[in-house]
Amino acid sequence: MNRRENLKLLFTGSVGTGLLLTGCSPEQQALPPKDLLSGGTIGGRTAEEKQRDQELLSDTFFTDEERKKLTTLVDVILPKDEESPAASEVGVVDFMEFMMKDQPDNQTPMRGGLMWLDFEAEEKFAKPFNELSESEVITIVDEVAWPDKAKPEYEGAVRWFNMLRNLTCSGYFSTEAGWKYIGYVGNKPNAWDGIPQQVMDKHGFKLEEKYIPLYLKPEDRGTIVQWDDEANIIG
Amino acid sequence: MSFQIKNSGEAYDVIIVGSGAGGGMASKILSEAGLSVAVVEAGGDFDPAKEEDRTQLRPPWESPRRGAGTRIRPFGDFDAAIGGWDIDGEPYTRKNGTEFDWFRSRMVGGRTNHWGRISLRFGPNDFKRASIDGLGHNWPIGYDDLKPYYDKVDKLIGVFGTKEGIYNEPDGFFLPPPKPRLHELYMKKGADKMGVPMIPARLSMLTRPINEERGVCFFCRQCNRACQVYADFSAGTCLVHPAMKKGKVDLYTHSMVRKVTTDEKGKATGVSFVSKVDMKEYKLKSRVVVLGASACESARIMMNSKSKTHPDGIGNGSGMVGRYLHDSTGTDRMAIVPSMMDRERYNEDGVGGMHMYTPWWGDNKKLDFARGYHIEYWGGMTQPAYGTGGSMNSMRQYIKDEFGEPSQNGGYGIGMKKDIRRLYGSTMGMSGRGESVPMYDNYCEIDPNTVDKYGIPVLRFNYNWTDQEVKQAKHMHDTFEEILTEAGGILLGSKPGPETKYGLLAPGRIIHEVGTTRMGDDPSTSVLNSNCQAHDCDNLFVVDAGPFVSQADKNPTWTILALAWRTSDYIVSELKKKNI
Repeated sequence: MNRRENLKLLFTGSVGTGLLLTGCSPEQQALPPKDLLSGGTIGGRTAEEKQRDQELLSDTFFTDEERKKLTTLVDVILPKDEESPAASEVGVVDFMEFMMKDQPDNQTPMRGGLMWLDFEAEEKFAKPFNELSESEVITIVDEVAWPDKAKPEYEGAVRWFNMLRNLTCSGYFSTEAGWKYIGYVGNKPNAWDGIPQQVMDKHGFKLEEKYIPLYLKPEDRGTIVQWDDEANIIG
Repeated sequence: MSFQIKNSGEAYDVIIVGSGAGGGMASKILSEAGLSVAVVEAGGDFDPAKEEDRTQLRPPWESPRRGAGTRIRPFGDFDAAIGGWDIDGEPYTRKNGTEFDWFRSRMVGGRTNHWGRISLRFGPNDFKRASIDGLGHNWPIGYDDLKPYYDKVDKLIGVFGTKEGIYNEPDGFFLPPPKPRLHELYMKKGADKMGVPMIPARLSMLTRPINEERGVCFFCRQCNRACQVYADFSAGTCLVHPAMKKGKVDLYTHSMVRKVTTDEKGKATGVSFVSKVDMKEYKLKSRVVVLGASACESARIMMNSKSKTHPDGIGNGSGMVGRYLHDSTGTDRMAIVPSMMDRERYNEDGVGGMHMYTPWWGDNKKLDFARGYHIEYWGGMTQPAYGTGGSMNSMRQYIKDEFGEPSQNGGYGIGMKKDIRRLYGSTMGMSGRGESVPMYDNYCEIDPNTVDKYGIPVLRFNYNWTDQEVKQAKHMHDTFEEILTEAGGILLGSKPGPETKYGLLAPGRIIHEVGTTRMGDDPSTSVLNSNCQAHDCDNLFVVDAGPFVSQADKNPTWTILALAWRTSDYIVSELKKKNI
């Protein structure tokens, strides 16, 4: 039994019961959960979703050579600086590997762009992209990274680089390091009590007077609400 | 909740098909009246308080796709709603080259696991549009018939808002609203200059507790992921599960209803369904059948319930089942606000939706289209996930460099990384959601050539927008441009023109489809009477949005809930009187 069949057994038998399918001989038992690949979405998954994540995680799209090109490129797009790590350090290439399989329409344009890199590297420097120096890499990137001033013959490569840039940013800012860099401080329980006063002042805003008594007061969040017959809150 | 199969011998007082807003409300009211109830749901059970069902507060790195949408969760990998526009093995088709997209959620609570919790009452005018503009038809009931039920729904489920005294936007029993966010105040500045009203939103999240059973909102902006403390409304957490705890309610999950069964005289006797677990057919019997499977799914079941007495399907003596299908109109626009760049950071999550909105303010007598729309607002320092930092190839020009010159679009490197950080939280946008005119020629019907994987014939849609909706969408975009510009924003993208119907989204996309089993006093032009009882089968009722004669520019859920409560009261009273 191959891995895919194993996965099918593991998940399709479990609809509604949470139990693994039984009924096959001992050597054909489904994989125990501990043998599953890690990295699938956590929380509230259906059997179909678990199976799909496992299948995608067990397939490989990029070749080693392609991964090497991507590692170079994502670190050009989002390099390390004094405040934050480089894209390759936070798993951006692994994220792209998964997304190629999850949204397969991107596979051909992505692979096409990575192949074009070698063509361009040969034309300009007579060697494959993965053997270029840093400054040679930048020479090629500069041809395609600026959509408004790129030469018309690079139109297709510009489109590919836009996709690469977008995916790099998605993969970067959706990590803990990305959150820290961008300064996102939400996703935790709190009691929203409006915009901080200094921000209101800076942007020149005041709350409308008539609503001030009506807005939620955080101290009331523990008390069950009561209305009178006219729908006024009285407790 | 484990899957259960009952023998066909046992009869219930009532079978309810579907566990969304309508079915959920019916299960609560009917079981509280002492009736025995079976709820038959096509999807699985779901309880966000259980750790295994929880997606709330998960960071994007707990998803390999970082929260991007999938086929079964098109609104994101952590969205609570399971199903989507395209369900494996459950197709639907379209006719005459027309468009209709059908969003379904296969789970306890149905699409109440997805919606934005915008909870607006229909106003007095919304029930009598034909009298105002001569288009479509009036409802056989009016605001006064539903008002007591809206009041009860407010108290049972909870909705925040403010009393405004606007005639066609009736006030209710409101919880205190949250204060606005920064982008909402920018929008207000623009709206004020144009004389467009903007008031606190009306959303069904508990800013204060309403009972001991449900927790209070802790402001994570993730209502679409379902709340583990039940601080937002969904039919599973607030209606179906409480009903199961208190009353005689059996829940049948993974059960796909094929048809309503009938006796010789044409009375409903129960339902026949396919269990998705063993793919076998089962039958349940009851004195009353209540359909709450969604406007289109209930119409499908009725049209598929053919018999000698109901040759065109149960309840379909008029041929009106499936007719007058209509969805809300919708289109959107977005801008970037230079004075919101380089914002100070703070936790701006708030509730899972807007804190302010615009109710319809226009006078259609002075406009070239018949009906209005409300405006929803979005923006702010939302959770970075899949998509964040995107579009630098077109957005970077809005950042001024150190010499005050616009930056070059695109690029790479530490400078671009910094620019993404500068831009974060500086975009905002708005969406119009409007009323369309119900048309006889917009409909769903049974496709004679296609069945789903359970062998049940599927729906085929035929739907065209009229000039009324197209002109309304144009008005939306004119308004959006003015508000966004007056708010200090630079418009992004381009204004859609007539070649795209002014950006009007395809029918079905707003997920407010209604009208397929409409109510009316005349059995030859309507499916149900004003109590949502089938004209030609007195023990069959519909409690979803199928009975709506017209869909106002409001979100339909609050009216589904009020109407389902009223219908349930009527069922109890008719059973007591032995009329059914």
